[in-house]
Amino acid sequence: MSRQGRNAATTTTVGVVIVGIMLFPLYWMVNASLLKPSDLVSRSPVWFPLHGTLAGYRSALSAEGGHLMVSLVVSLGTVAVTLLIAAPAAYGLAKLRVPGRRALMFALLVAQMIPGIVMANSLYISANKLGMINSPFALILADSTLCVPFATLILQSFLKGVPDELAEAASLDGASRLRTFVSVILPVARNGVITAALFSFLFTWADFLFGVTLTTDDSRAPITVGLYRFIGANLVDWNGVMATGVIASVPAAVLLVAAQRYVAAGIGNAALKD
Amino acid sequence: MTSKSAAFSVPAAAATAAGPGTDSGRALPDRDSHSHSDHGSGTGRSGQGGRGGRGSRGGRPRARRSTAWRVAGFVVPVWIYILCFYVYPLIANVRMGFQDYSVSSFYSGSAPYVGFANYRSVFHSPQFAGIVTNTLLFTLGSLVFQFGIGLALAVFFRRKFPLNGVLRSLLLVPWLLPLVVSGTVWRWMMYADSGVLNRMLLNLHVITHPVPWLVSTTWSLTAVTLVNVWVGIPFNMVILYGGLQGVPEQLYEAAAIDGANAWQRFRRITWPMLRPVTLVVLTLGLIYTVKVFDVIQIVTQGGPANSSQTLTTYAYNLSFQQLEFGKGAAVGNLLILVAIVFAALYLRSVREPEGRNR
Repeated sequence: MSRQGRNAATTTTVGVVIVGIMLFPLYWMVNASLLKPSDLVSRSPVWFPLHGTLAGYRSALSAEGGHLMVSLVVSLGTVAVTLLIAAPAAYGLAKLRVPGRRALMFALLVAQMIPGIVMANSLYISANKLGMINSPFALILADSTLCVPFATLILQSFLKGVPDELAEAASLDGASRLRTFVSVILPVARNGVITAALFSFLFTWADFLFGVTLTTDDSRAPITVGLYRFIGANLVDWNGVMATGVIASVPAAVLLVAAQRYVAAGIGNAALKD
Repeated sequence: MTSKSAAFSVPAAAATAAGPGTDSGRALPDRDSHSHSDHGSGTGRSGQGGRGGRGSRGGRPRARRSTAWRVAGFVVPVWIYILCFYVYPLIANVRMGFQDYSVSSFYSGSAPYVGFANYRSVFHSPQFAGIVTNTLLFTLGSLVFQFGIGLALAVFFRRKFPLNGVLRSLLLVPWLLPLVVSGTVWRWMMYADSGVLNRMLLNLHVITHPVPWLVSTTWSLTAVTLVNVWVGIPFNMVILYGGLQGVPEQLYEAAAIDGANAWQRFRRITWPMLRPVTLVVLTLGLIYTVKVFDVIQIVTQGGPANSSQTLTTYAYNLSFQQLEFGKGAAVGNLLILVAIVFAALYLRSVREPEGRNR
């Protein structure tokens, strides 16, 4: 092996060790979700689930199945609401010199800096007045506040890359602006739409604050709140708690594997590009 | 962000980063965007062309302006949304801070105005000074270590080696996970007797007795800060790594020819070139760390005896546990003030390049 090859191998090894240390908590969660309760509390840690059990997953699914459904419905609903608001706005910002463009960009940036607890406080009072505590719609609207500014900003940066000639050609063919947007621009910008949708789904799936404040009826609570209450109620059943954690992480894991390039594009665009 | 608003908070952390258009952002090679999106290489060019065209809008101002108003319909929904879901809640919260809004208000439907009574009672409560100190320590500790470790990792992953890309995307996992999950795992790892953290530290002889991470007033703030650092490292790494991509390779080559060692290269090239990104990352980190909720609520609930309580969890406690919504709103308004200061800092740090960009 050449010297360079050896160096590369050493560097890779160091990289693997770093990643191993950083991801250890996740390994520990998967490990614990498979261990027998007696192994979980043993004074010397059991490092591998060699004599594992799936009982944790059975108890997780029976206790948390309903919460998973709530999370799924709320997350999909939030994605729909977010795209409905964000996509036209992004098009207006990116391509159609709408009036007040700078003010809107500014408002979207600042909106993301409002502390969630302030929103939760206000939205709880409003939802209470409207009789919408425990309603999935209230949760969808509240969660959309996490997503709309992000989705708008990310989509407008994608839409900037769409050639102006496309819209011009469509308008020469007699298409209205709305029609051009729906049938020409959106299909071309589908990667941006997918990225915005994926992140909206993730934000909503991970939301805890709105879930815990806007639902008092346990059967209407999303999975994050289910997990939180599960810890409170089951200080013994850590194997079920950890299995719930693994199940609640599935969307993130699927995203990373199946949609990696969208995730990369999302983070890259969000953080570093105009 | 909390929730990635979580400290990113995580995920939402990147959200705010949207659109800074920092120097380093522009320094990124254009192909980067193309590899992510399917647009052909021609797209970027025409995009540029479009921008150039807008620059020459002096030509037909009136025509442009009337078109502008006709397309305003595209942004009307988002403006209405902003008014209903950001502006109104903000105003409502500010107003609530001056009202005696508690359980009885829900039944009577009225909440009398009480001036600054909520603020007085919050400021004069015996735990308030401790909570502010906790917030400062938590924020400072999180920032320093998230940033330091994130930067070290970004510099490390700048090297070319096999599996680099795979390892980097694996590092993102902690950032993509729901904070409730991360918090739960850490809580489980931090139990004094059965927790694996103490086991490992004992085996490595770092400690001689198990540390009661979660149940001691001395350690609980360290515990939640540690978890928040872990959650925030990927965000810092990703953004700083992106910034490093914008540093021209020739600078390093020239420095190597001049015989600069690794530390000198970092000190003289990497660090100064990263400054704009650093500013953005730190301000965003500040904004997101101050409002971290999930991590603390899951790991310690702010306890024991408020020893890991921050302003955010305190506001939650007042509103949703003690049902003193007026006082909760008052603390929330303090957080808004803090957010405004940091937001101004943030916008200042990104304004100049943005102006040139648009």
